[in-house]
Amino acid sequence: MESVKFAVNGTERSLEVEPRTLLVHALRDELRLTGTNIGCDSSSCGACTVLVDGQSAKSCTMFAVQADGADITTIEGVADADGKMHPMQQAFHEHHALQCGYCTPGMVMAAISLVEEYPELDDHSVRHGLEGNLCRCTGYQNIVNAVLAVAGSGSATPIRPYQSGQGE
Amino acid sequence: MTMTDDPATHMGSHRLRREDPALLTGEAQFIDDMSLHGEIWVGIVRSTEAHATILGVDGRAALEIDGVTEVLSGADLAPLWGEGALPCAWPVTDDMRDPAHLPVATSVAKYVGDAVAVVLADSRYAAADGAAAVSVDYDPLPAVVDIEAAVAEGAPLVHEDLGTNESYTWPLIPDPKAVDAAFAGAAHVVSERYVQQRLIPAPMEPRGVIAAPGVANGELTLYSATQIPHILKVMTAVTLDIPEHKIRVVAPSVGGGFGCKLNVYAEEILCCALAMDRGVPVRWTEGRSEAATATIQGRGQVQHIELAADADGKVQAVRVKLLADMGAYLQLVTPGVPLLGAFLYHGCYDVAHYSFECTSVFTNKTPTDAYRGAGRPEATYAVERAMDSLAVAVGVTPEEIRSRNFIAADAFPYESCAELTFDSGDYQAVLDKAVAMADLESVRAEQAQRRADGSNRQIGVGLSSYVEMCGLAPSRVLASLNYGAGGWEAATVRVLPTAKVQVITGSTPHGQGHETSWSMIVADKLGIDPDDVDVLHSDTAISPTGLDTYGSRSLSVGGTAVFMATDKVLDKARLIAAHQLEANEDDLEYFDGAFQVKGTPTAAVPFAAIAFAAFTAHDLPDGMEPNLEAHVTYDPPNFTFPNGTHIAVVEVDTETGNVDIVDYVAVDDCGNQVNPMIVEGQVHGGVLQGAAQALYEDAVYNEDGQIVTVNLGDYLVPSAAEAPVYRVASHVTPSPTNPMGVKGIGEAGTIAATPAVINAVVDALRPTGVTDVTMPASPQTVWRAINEAQGGAS
Ligand code: FES
Ligand code: FES
Repeated sequence: MESVKFAVNGTERSLEVEPRTLLVHALRDELRLTGTNIGCDSSSCGACTVLVDGQSAKSCTMFAVQADGADITTIEGVADADGKMHPMQQAFHEHHALQCGYCTPGMVMAAISLVEEYPELDDHSVRHGLEGNLCRCTGYQNIVNAVLAVAGSGSATPIRPYQSGQGE
Repeated sequence: MTMTDDPATHMGSHRLRREDPALLTGEAQFIDDMSLHGEIWVGIVRSTEAHATILGVDGRAALEIDGVTEVLSGADLAPLWGEGALPCAWPVTDDMRDPAHLPVATSVAKYVGDAVAVVLADSRYAAADGAAAVSVDYDPLPAVVDIEAAVAEGAPLVHEDLGTNESYTWPLIPDPKAVDAAFAGAAHVVSERYVQQRLIPAPMEPRGVIAAPGVANGELTLYSATQIPHILKVMTAVTLDIPEHKIRVVAPSVGGGFGCKLNVYAEEILCCALAMDRGVPVRWTEGRSEAATATIQGRGQVQHIELAADADGKVQAVRVKLLADMGAYLQLVTPGVPLLGAFLYHGCYDVAHYSFECTSVFTNKTPTDAYRGAGRPEATYAVERAMDSLAVAVGVTPEEIRSRNFIAADAFPYESCAELTFDSGDYQAVLDKAVAMADLESVRAEQAQRRADGSNRQIGVGLSSYVEMCGLAPSRVLASLNYGAGGWEAATVRVLPTAKVQVITGSTPHGQGHETSWSMIVADKLGIDPDDVDVLHSDTAISPTGLDTYGSRSLSVGGTAVFMATDKVLDKARLIAAHQLEANEDDLEYFDGAFQVKGTPTAAVPFAAIAFAAFTAHDLPDGMEPNLEAHVTYDPPNFTFPNGTHIAVVEVDTETGNVDIVDYVAVDDCGNQVNPMIVEGQVHGGVLQGAAQALYEDAVYNEDGQIVTVNLGDYLVPSAAEAPVYRVASHVTPSPTNPMGVKGIGEAGTIAATPAVINAVVDALRPTGVTDVTMPASPQTVWRAINEAQGGAS
């Protein structure tokens, strides 16, 4: 077992994990943050996308120990303190950008990171920016529209890594 | 649509979904999010051989792994289910061959992925490690992979004891002589062979099961990522001989199904049997690569279709012969899938004579079963491709050949040559709208220009007009097809003392937004806010009666039950109001959430007052039972027949074979719409799934029966980058079959898109001499088709 410490959604967490424990399993099974989903075993679907130090990452492609010292944001951590949904979540709601909702947490996290990184998005760049996140239900058009609405509105509240006090 | 006296304000509006917040914030619970105290994990050892005798299972290495507690072979497990085999509920013919299908094979593995042993462990990782460490000794047997090879003389047999690979032959030939005569006298005969490749359904959530025993009372709770908790309860009771009233089945949030979660799976029966035996919760979560062979696949047919037409291209007869791939075993409705298309091979055309025959065969591959559209995409593909061939033969455009053959708008209700009664439609109006939206005139001008220029980026236009049968189904019709259940749906509408409403539905949503739509239906009828209506489902302890969600049946059958139960509530409420107002109930009207005496709006009883009066029961009419609640089980008198025309415009790079969908227009008639936002969403997702069959997806097996497309890196579920932009419209002809005039939309896009896209690809390539492209039309396939047509090497 290895010790790992990271901040998840602003809270310091310490875990004892097997070295091979994937970050996604540490989040889901150890910390019971089950909003992050698993859709594949080949890093293909993006259902597991979280932010690691502000960058979107597929949490099934990282070992938990590799996230030692990192600031991690999951879907549970993007609403504001009063529980008001993040503008990206709200836009997904308003554009009917989800059906079964299984891809949605990963898709929202990827979209938040995309909008932050590239303020000038158009239909083409959103589609390519989200290429690593699969959705079987929506056909993507409403997802693209939701992301564009946030990109265009200036309401993309930046998600900055939470200050964990670590690594500073 | 007149719903009540009350002006309907929510039906027909783009109301946002109440399901969303829990899904958007991660609060929703999918099966793998759950965890029960004391649970043990199951890891499944799956056959690596397509066909082999199992000589032995060696679990010693697995048992050395920390956390692995037991390794069980099929023979070890056999006493848990005795003779109880996995159920097939659709014995389509009396002589259908249905080999016994045990949850874990005991002596012979029949396909790659067939369960051959089970590991029990105390964690997810230990179960996976343990399953990987079990070694199984196989003696390989010859495998049969291809369906045409399976029916050839001397083919290896999947089930030696059956003496044949054929499961059944099912004909529908009302008048054979008339069909022969039509072909003999035809000016044009089109004869085509199409292959429906196998597809992996791939909902983004893989399957998962947790079975929890109630030891003291012999109870069992089964949590499963299923579309069919109600059917699963009955089948689990029957298969494992557990009293049905001791079983509760719960479908938590389910991450898509598309038909593949409409089944009774080995893992469900296995976890239940182990849980009952060991007295602890037993769980299994499917891995994505595991799903490639452990979950049913879709399609898998070779189709021969012939059209006999007169000189004007008016089709007189359709003749179809199918070979359908069942895979190694019959799952829940495997044999019925071709039958769901059997009635629709004449498409939306007025054809006099019909001949359909399907032979279904076993192969050493994963069983097939229902996948979005189930039988109807296959039928539509065949007839819509063949109609384009006919258009070429006659020398008219694809839209003209369709117009010449459509069932006329004034012909409804229409008795089809396959002995169905089509409810309503205006197929020509739908096509006209689609043609106008797609601006075919300009597209064809551009196409002509590029052809003239010899451009290597050719344009193609593909039409697909479809009609499907939905709203499964009148129970008596299902009886005539040997289906093992009815086609009704149940609903309860319960008014609480504070006038809030609970709706209990037997439909089982997994992404379709039933909670939102059902609340809109009830709210409009009662004149209340949809937020005051809760919708409960997917748990047999809460919703004990139902037949679940598949076949685009939820709104037209389940929604109708909700609609009718609300009517019953209103009928009782009216009696209470009449009593309170000392008026005759016929003199009352219900308006804006209150009963009032017609013409005397001052004398009114609001719904809330009636709800409370029904609860206190202090002053109800003599003999009336307290409380305000109604239950309806609705058995539809007929199917519904959604229809539409879709148009795909593609650009094909003739040098690389790459296909891009540059425009996609969908005009659908799903009858009246409760929530057009949800309708559009269903069309978008359905179209992409259909287009994916045309261009990307293929469950590839090699000749040894090994599956090649195991994960989402190999099996190409399209991303946003491949997805086209959809332009969606509707044309409404209300269905006369149900009071809301609704038809169904869940499968329409998938049915329409595949032939539209392939017709477009073929249209683009006609100048090169190409007349057919096999699916999926990958760059290699398209490139090869062009090369072959031009006499080059393939
Ligand atoms: S679960 Fe991580 S990419 Fe699919
Ligand atoms: S909403 Fe179902 S997979 Fe995206």
